[in-house]
Amino acid sequence: MKKTLFAAALGAIGALAVPAHAELPVAIAGPMTGQYASAGDQIRKGAEMAIADINARGGVLGEKLVLEVGDDACDPKQAVSVANTMVNKGIVFMHGHWCSSSTIPASEVYVEADIPMATVSTNPQVTERGLENIFRIMGRDDQQGMVAGTYLATQFKGKKIAVVDDKSAYGKGLADEIAKAMTAKGATPALRESITAGEKDYSGLVTKLKRDGVEVMAYGGYHTEVALILRQAQQAGLDLTVMGGDTMTNSELVTAAGPAADKVLFTFSPDPRKNPDAAPVVEKFRAAKVEPEGYVLYAYAAMQLFEQAATAAKSTDYVPLEKALRGGTFKTVIGDLAFDAKGDQQAPGFVVYRWQGGQYDYAK
Amino acid sequence: MAYALQQLINGLTLGSMYGLIAIGYTMVYGIIGMINFAHGDIFMVSAFIAVTCFTLLAAADVSSIPLALMFVLMVTIFFTSAYGWAVERVAYRPLRGSTRLAPLISAIGMSIFLQNTVQLTQGARVKPIPPVIEGGIELWAAPDFTVQIGWSQLLIIVTTVVLMTAFTWMITRTPFGRQQRACEQDRTMAALLGVNVDRTISLTFMLGASLAAVAGVMVSVYYGVVDFFIGFLAGIKAFTAAVLGGIGSLPGAMLGGLLIGLIESFWAAYLWAEYKDVATFGILCLVLMLRPSGLLGRPEVEKV
Repeated sequence: MKKTLFAAALGAIGALAVPAHAELPVAIAGPMTGQYASAGDQIRKGAEMAIADINARGGVLGEKLVLEVGDDACDPKQAVSVANTMVNKGIVFMHGHWCSSSTIPASEVYVEADIPMATVSTNPQVTERGLENIFRIMGRDDQQGMVAGTYLATQFKGKKIAVVDDKSAYGKGLADEIAKAMTAKGATPALRESITAGEKDYSGLVTKLKRDGVEVMAYGGYHTEVALILRQAQQAGLDLTVMGGDTMTNSELVTAAGPAADKVLFTFSPDPRKNPDAAPVVEKFRAAKVEPEGYVLYAYAAMQLFEQAATAAKSTDYVPLEKALRGGTFKTVIGDLAFDAKGDQQAPGFVVYRWQGGQYDYAK
Repeated sequence: MAYALQQLINGLTLGSMYGLIAIGYTMVYGIIGMINFAHGDIFMVSAFIAVTCFTLLAAADVSSIPLALMFVLMVTIFFTSAYGWAVERVAYRPLRGSTRLAPLISAIGMSIFLQNTVQLTQGARVKPIPPVIEGGIELWAAPDFTVQIGWSQLLIIVTTVVLMTAFTWMITRTPFGRQQRACEQDRTMAALLGVNVDRTISLTFMLGASLAAVAGVMVSVYYGVVDFFIGFLAGIKAFTAAVLGGIGSLPGAMLGGLLIGLIESFWAAYLWAEYKDVATFGILCLVLMLRPSGLLGRPEVEKV
């Protein structure tokens, strides 16, 4: 009698563990709170739309996708704990993290747990460590720095250019690459400085730039600091142009910097919104009152990538999925994606953009 | 030379704000001997109140800047001192007379509470406001560098000087100042002589919060962005200023604030900006080694 009861109890537990409807948990992770929260918001909106569309098509291998959202606030310690939580939730695919300094430590957790990830982090170290599970759907800072540095050296020939970073893995990496590319083109940076992100007062830096007659500042870091620097430069009567990286796509830059935002140039992949294949999806986002700027379409593409790779592999297990991701070419809203042996996107391009009246477009 | 003058102006502006916040730390320490760790967050709350006011005024199409500033200052001071009063009433008064550590922990709890409340109700994003005061005056057009002082910088420095003068007068010359100093020296004796100790302590908290509120308005005018985390860094710096000047001493807090502002801007101007905070705290250690009670602090005399 006791034994049958025990067996029944075991059976009941077993029944609880297997959900009635098969669902596949996939995850996004990034700064959902903190000073870069607006980027996290873009990622979430893109992923939610993609998953709704995929589920409307019948899901992946007959199973519906469910989205898990991890908030690392761009803090490397929190990123590792988010990664552990996600592993415990049994996710089969991760789109994230966003900050390079979060992606790098978190990827160590995912590789141990055999979870493939697609990231937009641009620091070269993300794919240079020989991890097999990581795929980058964005370009790298060395490519980005090359484009930015060459542009600065040719378009602002003879002007004084300073290179400044925020000491983060992303910011310093990008600034170093820009400085290298500039020097190679014969334009040595007039000043090389670092600031502390999260502070409010950058008048010291601004005054220094003004003393040295700097007209252009190449900046490795995030949009919040650029907005503050531009505002304080205006107060100090300094006419400053800023060249930044992919993080400057954030429209919060415009609200915080005001009209001075028109002085911001940045490098980013060719605008996916201009991709004719993406038009129906872009329309759909706009109908839902979401402007598919910045990382929105990247998150959408990451989910498409998973859908197509899992369909090709006929499985969501790590080994076949990883093989499919590495070998295939995938049609997504950001264009065709294919990866090299390191996991870098094979044909990533960077273009220089300029903010103008609250919109960004290719710089002439 | 002109460059140094410009950095001096930058440092004074930054230092004034640190000083205004530091007074809140030092006054509370003076009267009840505890560090009010929630003070930085009171400052953060005040900056949010100011930003909300500015946004409302912009929506109401108020174009007179002096009028708008006066209004925002008054509203912010009113609500922030209410916060200061409530924090003392809820988190510290019930613990008065218990161990020294209890209110300290309660202060840290209050700080986390305020931060999270603002994060949840106002959102985690930065809140920007359009520039309120633009432009400035050219002080000196040296051949290689033009020294400029922005109207908002001038406003910050002048407001701080005026407030400090008024404050010193209040503490040294008015009946409230006398009661405040009496409570500082000996709470029991003051109570025996008819001073309402609870009321004096409450007022002290409200005054500290009002000064933080002024700093909050200035921050939103000068920098134009606030987020729920600004209280932490500002609080740490202001607390350091209070310790540097000698905790418990009002002129000390002001001096400490100005010194930290100046060290920060001059270090960033002539040496490596990335080691700015290392320098600030290094100098703090040095001062405390040579003068353990701070620059203007009196050593505590143990009465036996």
